[in-house]
Amino acid sequence: MEKFIVHTGTAVPLRRSNVDTDQIIPAEYLKRITRHGFEDGLFSAWRKDPAFVLNQPHYEGATVLVAGPDFGTGSSREHAVWALQDYGFAVVLSSRFADIFRGNSGKGGLLTAQVDQEVIEALWAAIEADPSLDVTVDLERREVRAGDLVAEFDVDDYVRWRLMEGLDDIGITLQHADDIAVFEASRPSWKPTTTPVI
Amino acid sequence: MGRTLAEKVWDDHVVRRATGEPDLLYIDLHLVHEVTSPQAFDGLRHAHHRPVRRTDLTLATEDHNVPTIDILQPIADPVSKAQVDALRHNCEEFGVPVYSLGSVDQGIVHVVGPQLGLTQPGMTVVCGDSHTSTHGAFGALAFGIGTSEVEHVLATQTLPLKPFKTMAVTVDGALPEGVTAKDVILAVIAKIGTGGGQGYVLEYRGSAIEGLSMEGRMTLCNMSIEAGARAGMIAPDDTTFAYLKGRTHAPTGADWDAAVEYWHTLPTDPDATFDAEVVIDASTLTPFVTWGTNPGQGLPLSASVPTPDDARDEVDRVAIERAIEYMGLTPGMPLRDITVDTVFVGSCTNGRIEDLRAVAEILEGRTVADSVRMLVVPGSVRVKQQAEEEGLDKVFLNAGAEWREAGCSMCLAMNPDKLAPGERSASTSNRNFEGRQGPGGRTHLVSPAVAAATAVTGHLSAPADLSPVATA
Repeated sequence: MEKFIVHTGTAVPLRRSNVDTDQIIPAEYLKRITRHGFEDGLFSAWRKDPAFVLNQPHYEGATVLVAGPDFGTGSSREHAVWALQDYGFAVVLSSRFADIFRGNSGKGGLLTAQVDQEVIEALWAAIEADPSLDVTVDLERREVRAGDLVAEFDVDDYVRWRLMEGLDDIGITLQHADDIAVFEASRPSWKPTTTPVI
Repeated sequence: MGRTLAEKVWDDHVVRRATGEPDLLYIDLHLVHEVTSPQAFDGLRHAHHRPVRRTDLTLATEDHNVPTIDILQPIADPVSKAQVDALRHNCEEFGVPVYSLGSVDQGIVHVVGPQLGLTQPGMTVVCGDSHTSTHGAFGALAFGIGTSEVEHVLATQTLPLKPFKTMAVTVDGALPEGVTAKDVILAVIAKIGTGGGQGYVLEYRGSAIEGLSMEGRMTLCNMSIEAGARAGMIAPDDTTFAYLKGRTHAPTGADWDAAVEYWHTLPTDPDATFDAEVVIDASTLTPFVTWGTNPGQGLPLSASVPTPDDARDEVDRVAIERAIEYMGLTPGMPLRDITVDTVFVGSCTNGRIEDLRAVAEILEGRTVADSVRMLVVPGSVRVKQQAEEEGLDKVFLNAGAEWREAGCSMCLAMNPDKLAPGERSASTSNRNFEGRQGPGGRTHLVSPAVAAATAVTGHLSAPADLSPVATA
């Protein structure tokens, strides 16, 4: 995974709350067995409407998504993160993220930066006034900067460290393989197993 | 200082703890299905073919993609077929046991685990599916994970996690006649909100909860995720032990005694404190349904569609307007006036034998309205077999409903069972998002009893609304 220190790009204002992962990537796309190529599925139902914000040419090429509260609710599908990344987004800003979505984003290196709703409103206004406005998301300083606006965002300390180092979880865990073996040796024998298949 | 059930189970699974890092938790049971696993197995392959660390703590089944008719024919949709084939191939290559279509143990993953007695109190259970919270009904710490975490568990049988906060949801009193576990959880979600449980494990407590059967408890815990919670748990008790005793993977003999002794230590200590508390008076509950496009947009069946003026704030007002428009409703219309063309009974929420019995009791001697198409989908092959032994299938068919094979079916439009654009359903499933059951489909979440009554009348109804069946 590439290191994430600072990202600068243009932004899209998604004026919707409670954006669930069925909207981010409908179930139809979950049948795929590949890990990439999900960009066509991103918000595919909403994108059928020509007025939908992602269809506006002045937001093309944006890499920062600025969304309403409760982003990523519902199904645990990590495909939602892949779709956002395949489409080109590196960061999502919202005042509240659903737990599973936030966790999945951290695994894939999509930064979920939490700010107050007032900051979201200010960003929406600024981006709508000037779609070419550069938005900088600084993971090192935990800051989002756009024009005159500067605001702090919340991100888990450990996720921040891991994204900045570009490290993946499995590699980190396997450094503690001995601890896992010790724990396994102490598990009660009456705990169930799935095999032999009866 | 006392600990809660969730804290006890957490503490017993810490493999490693270090300051500034998440805890590394051991996973007792990893359930797998075809949708969220292909990329995880590929990840293992690409890492110089890492093995699955504990195939004996891993179990797969086929549920989301599968058709619910002609299940022994090759799957017609080539993309679905490819995904199911990938699961079979992955399980064979990596040595993971799998219950495929045609197996007597196949079914919806969260029905299969409990019915085999694999889900037990005090365990950590994970699956690449948010409704893994279902297993919390046994006093297990059970939660959904994404595909990267599926890969992590396959490789290491652990997960790095930060502890959840705890919220007590106490429902005291006796549930009124006609109020089921489904109605309780819909009311809880309406009260807490779809983000209200975020960061929390919910523990359901109180006499109304203790009075629920294991299947009722599973329905309740299943939808914890819709309140934003990661997991929902209920303390194990005699009801739990009675359900488990004798099941295929339940311990026996001296092991059973040792297990029960441990399970008795799990309930929350009297002096433990929760980070948050919600209290609901059971006697105030009534049949509950959703009107909108998220599980929190629910109301008593006796109520009416909100008007935008009912909104808490601007964000909520926009949400209400949008939901009313998508659902094709009129502000202020009584919920009982909403007509449906489809009724779906099934899903990991309400696809077990007690749910089917509840539906059969109402359909006995009655007919599904001509305007309604009704699908009854058992949660597993074993549930199907039991329903047929009890003659429930005859009741469904005689009433004019369709009786299907086991799978996730119409819950989520990943298999042939879907709503066409503009169609409207009363469903015993767990999500009513835009397009959830098919693009343009409109979903009202209900209990099995309300689903059955609605099938008879053609509009949202409770069993109490129906005329008694004429007896000869």
